[in-house]
Amino acid sequence: MSASLILRVSAPMLLWLPLAASLYVLLRGHNEPGGGFIGGLLAGVGLIFHAIAFGAAPTRKLLRLAPTSYCAIGVLLAAASGIPALFGAGPYLTHLWWFPDVGIVLPLGTTILFDAGVYITVVGTVATLFLSLMEEETL
Amino acid sequence: MLLIVAPLLIPLCAAALTALLRTHIAAQRVVGVSASASLLAVGLMLVARTADGSILVTQMGDWAAPFGIALVVDAFSAIMLAIAGLMALSVSIYAMGPDAAARDRAGFQPLFHSLMLGVCGAFVAGDVFNLYVWFEVMLIASFGLLVLDRTRAQIDGGLRYVFLNLVGTTVFLMAVGLLYGQLGTLNFADLARLAPQAENQGLLAAIGVMFLVSFGAKAALFPLFNWLPAAYHTASMPVAAIFAGLLTKVGVYAILRLFALVYAHDVAFFGPIFAWVAAATMVFGVFGAAAHYDIRRILSFHIVSQIGYMIIGVALLTQAAIAAAILYIVHHIVVKANLFLVAGAIRRENGSFALGRCGGLWRAAPLLAIGFLIPALSLAGIPPLSGFWGKYAVVRAGIEAEAYWLAGIALFVGLLTLYSMIKIWNEAFWKPAPEGLARTAWTRGQRIATYLPIALLCATTMTIGLWTEPFAALAETAAASLLDRDAYIAAVLGNAGQVAEFAR
Repeated sequence: MSASLILRVSAPMLLWLPLAASLYVLLRGHNEPGGGFIGGLLAGVGLIFHAIAFGAAPTRKLLRLAPTSYCAIGVLLAAASGIPALFGAGPYLTHLWWFPDVGIVLPLGTTILFDAGVYITVVGTVATLFLSLMEEETL
Repeated sequence: MLLIVAPLLIPLCAAALTALLRTHIAAQRVVGVSASASLLAVGLMLVARTADGSILVTQMGDWAAPFGIALVVDAFSAIMLAIAGLMALSVSIYAMGPDAAARDRAGFQPLFHSLMLGVCGAFVAGDVFNLYVWFEVMLIASFGLLVLDRTRAQIDGGLRYVFLNLVGTTVFLMAVGLLYGQLGTLNFADLARLAPQAENQGLLAAIGVMFLVSFGAKAALFPLFNWLPAAYHTASMPVAAIFAGLLTKVGVYAILRLFALVYAHDVAFFGPIFAWVAAATMVFGVFGAAAHYDIRRILSFHIVSQIGYMIIGVALLTQAAIAAAILYIVHHIVVKANLFLVAGAIRRENGSFALGRCGGLWRAAPLLAIGFLIPALSLAGIPPLSGFWGKYAVVRAGIEAEAYWLAGIALFVGLLTLYSMIKIWNEAFWKPAPEGLARTAWTRGQRIATYLPIALLCATTMTIGLWTEPFAALAETAAASLLDRDAYIAAVLGNAGQVAEFAR
């Protein structure tokens, strides 16, 4: 499979721009539209562009870990985000908040861990799906 | 609180860890077996906590029911969780037997624990929508497990399974939507509170029939059972065993939970339907089994026929009948999974599932013969094994509720079950081995991995059979708390019942 010159030249940008956008969407997700799921899909789009331009093998190399490992890490992270609540605060997945004052008040909560877990899982799932499909096609 | 979440967290973490340990097969097995063992331990602890009839509730993320997601464990759920743990442990060990390396490389462990996650999730779900979600988790994992060896027959059986289950799931989702549209809630406790006073009882009953169709497809009730023998006989043996033991019973659990809690006021309408369905399921299943000569198909048809016994409990909806159904479910899961494990060992010894090409096992593998006899006679209901008490309780509940014909059919089907089991016994164990039978050699590890779970499940069957009293008492408690809707509503909603009323 050989992608067009235009795609190959613009592929790095088409990888990093969606990735940056996906992080923005992930972070704004708490109070506004967005969140881990849609963010993960956006990041997946970037990876798909990369794979179409350069092939499946370079994308696997870029990911370093196996795509399914991303799913596993994401699930574990999301599951772990509910654990702190069990030490007194309430039932499982009751999210805890912490507002440190560093010039501005930063709202930090365990929800972001949960959302990040969802994000990583979705990235892993999308990568697993399209990389296996691509490799099957080239057989 | 952690105890209620543990049945979900254990398989979830096990699935994730085994997926991470992709290439380390040995480490995957250690994680798998320890997760299954802890699941069993948690299940038993939950049984101990709920044996007095108390109901454990936790509201995820501190969002109170009926608005949040409630996890509820009553005695019935706890029993199901414990038995699921026992199945997980047996099958985890058994899966280390023959062909384990290929299976584990194909991703057996993560899929298996995802399946257990779905099963356990269905048992603790406190609302209909989450029940739906856990069904989906379970189904997706089961699709993967079913086609693990990627053979043509498996893809064929898998496609039928996928198709029927997708239809069933779609009907389920439509019913959920309609129910929410009518009552404005999906929480079981809230539904139980509102359903008797709903204005349009006709619509509510129609929704109930939709639930019956979708759960019935999963539980392999008549007339929706054809997919089961078609799909189960292609799966690899550990997978078939866990499917046979647990999957259809999740459907039965959902039927019992929903129809005892939400539709109990409409028993005059649903009772006769369930009675006919139960009778037809028993009879057609057992006739199907009588006609076949492949061990897996015979056993698959017997799953169908046995489901009918459990449905009698819903048909009568008396405390004795539900207790009988619960006792029967426990007995059946243990025995059925065990028979599939034995069938895998027969295949290993004789190289075939076709009865015509089997034989001589009584001499070649007497231990296996005993391992077959105990669950087989138990399935047929021979005293003093667990199946006798299960059948006795069902028949007695039927007679007490004056459903004599139903009790009669249950007895008749038991007789035909004995015929099927004798058929397998005669062909595979008793008759002389056919000419040119190639014996496969076992390694010591494979033998232990195969025989240990069979022995464990045989011991469980014997325990239930010889020391029935505590099990019957537990089933009685579970049935009483399942029928005590007010206690369930109070436990889940607490004061939130009034809050929900206010918000509405």
